[in-house]
Amino acid sequence: MFNKKSIYLDNAATTSVDKEVVNAMIPYFSEKFGNASSQHLIGQEAKRALEESRDIIAKSIGAKREEIIFTGSGTESNNFVLKGLFFANKNNNKNHIITTKIEHDCILNTCKWLETQGAKVTFLNVDSEGFVNPEDVRKAITPETLIVSVIHGNNEIGTIQDLKEIGKICREKGVYFHTDACQSYTKTYIDVDKQNLDFVTLNAHKIHGPKGVGVLFIRKDIKLIPLLHGGGHESGLRSSTENIPGIVGFAKAVKIAKDSNIKYMERLRDKLIESILKIQNTQLNGPKGEKRLCNNINVCFNNIEGEAIGGFLDSYGISSSTGSACSSHSLQPSHVLKAIGRTHVQINSSLRLSISKLNTKEEIDYVLEILNKIVDKLRKMSPIK
Amino acid sequence: MTEFNAYTKEVLKRFTNPKNFGEIKNPDGVGQVGNPVCGDVMKIYLKVDKKPEKIKNIKFQTFGCVSAIASSDALCELAKGKTIEEAKKITNQAIIDKLEGLPSIKIHCSVLGASGLKKAIEDYEFKIGKISKKSIKDDDK
Repeated sequence: MFNKKSIYLDNAATTSVDKEVVNAMIPYFSEKFGNASSQHLIGQEAKRALEESRDIIAKSIGAKREEIIFTGSGTESNNFVLKGLFFANKNNNKNHIITTKIEHDCILNTCKWLETQGAKVTFLNVDSEGFVNPEDVRKAITPETLIVSVIHGNNEIGTIQDLKEIGKICREKGVYFHTDACQSYTKTYIDVDKQNLDFVTLNAHKIHGPKGVGVLFIRKDIKLIPLLHGGGHESGLRSSTENIPGIVGFAKAVKIAKDSNIKYMERLRDKLIESILKIQNTQLNGPKGEKRLCNNINVCFNNIEGEAIGGFLDSYGISSSTGSACSSHSLQPSHVLKAIGRTHVQINSSLRLSISKLNTKEEIDYVLEILNKIVDKLRKMSPIK
Repeated sequence: MTEFNAYTKEVLKRFTNPKNFGEIKNPDGVGQVGNPVCGDVMKIYLKVDKKPEKIKNIKFQTFGCVSAIASSDALCELAKGKTIEEAKKITNQAIIDKLEGLPSIKIHCSVLGASGLKKAIEDYEFKIGKISKKSIKDDDK
């Protein structure tokens, strides 16, 4: 009955823009199109929308308005914090960065590039469910350590890290603490003071907002060297005429995010996980329960390839993913699944389903029915038993 | 390379509804190529008519992605009914053509198909005593 309908279960890659968000954005394209730097009325109208949006996002994480910088993406925010801080502290004998083996590529590749610029980087191990041990962070800190960067909710396996504990250690040791919260924002609690955060990366398109808008929270008085020099927008930290429609849309997406959506997604998630694990020879990747992102399901279906399951689901109009959407360019096995100790075969056999508030119980039932059939068929086709 | 590097209709048709998957009991030749660590494993089973020496039946079992399964199915169709000498000439390009193209990052799936068939034929020729040694390594099972 859903054959012609599409069921979108790849919300960790991106989400559909909420209609309320689109409606909030529309006036800022042709009517209120001003440049927020202009002194005239049209410009000031844009400026007001910009600052009101900044305020909404700041409040949502317990930050001050002036601590929120708009960027073009989560990737940009992550590049900005690491490069900007590294270059600002180049002459302070602070060249050591601590991160983990389960970060998004934009953190890993920024770190690898910074190594070519003189940085020393420690990539921390995680346990079999993807958790960083805060004590490992403590042990890795040296007098040269500049910053610790840990992804909040993992994009592949949904593990939510204990930011508060890691943040406490960083504060004690006088080391900056950053988290990439693109996947966890509006899906779990973030408070920059209680979690001792100095920098937080957020973006809009994972939370039913538009693509092309990100945020970096920068705790007051911390100096970063900008990536983009120009007209001095965003307190001189990110020159570029502000993307007002995108920023307004981002704020609207934050405003309409509800805690009840989290509960709803958790119920769908747990139904999917429990039912899938009833299929023979399957394993959950990542933790169960409240320490897992409410929208993430990642399962290893032994002896068949995740990509083949995904291809089959696609033929039924169901969108899924193997690992992160970015990895499909490289064909490299997921570094996250590798870090939690999965073998190459298990990694190739894994599939990620990521739900949103828009998925229904009926859709989930249908997906489960199809998934059972597909796994059975592919297992019959496989020479590995 | 296919347009936007996407799957062709032919790939999707064969992937979702392969005609030639399964096992042949008491096969005259078997070839397994690839290994699960790299990603794909393909096993090709042959049944050969003696006079004239033709591939009477061919089936595959594949642990792999969309392209690997579609390539296996296309290979079987290309080889079925061919003489052994004709089947030896089946290249990975013939598989790609049969599939009306493969994304550039998936070309290796067609290569796996072609070598799976070669290995199965060699196994057959070894069993009937036509060759005394296998040239393709057997260690990648």
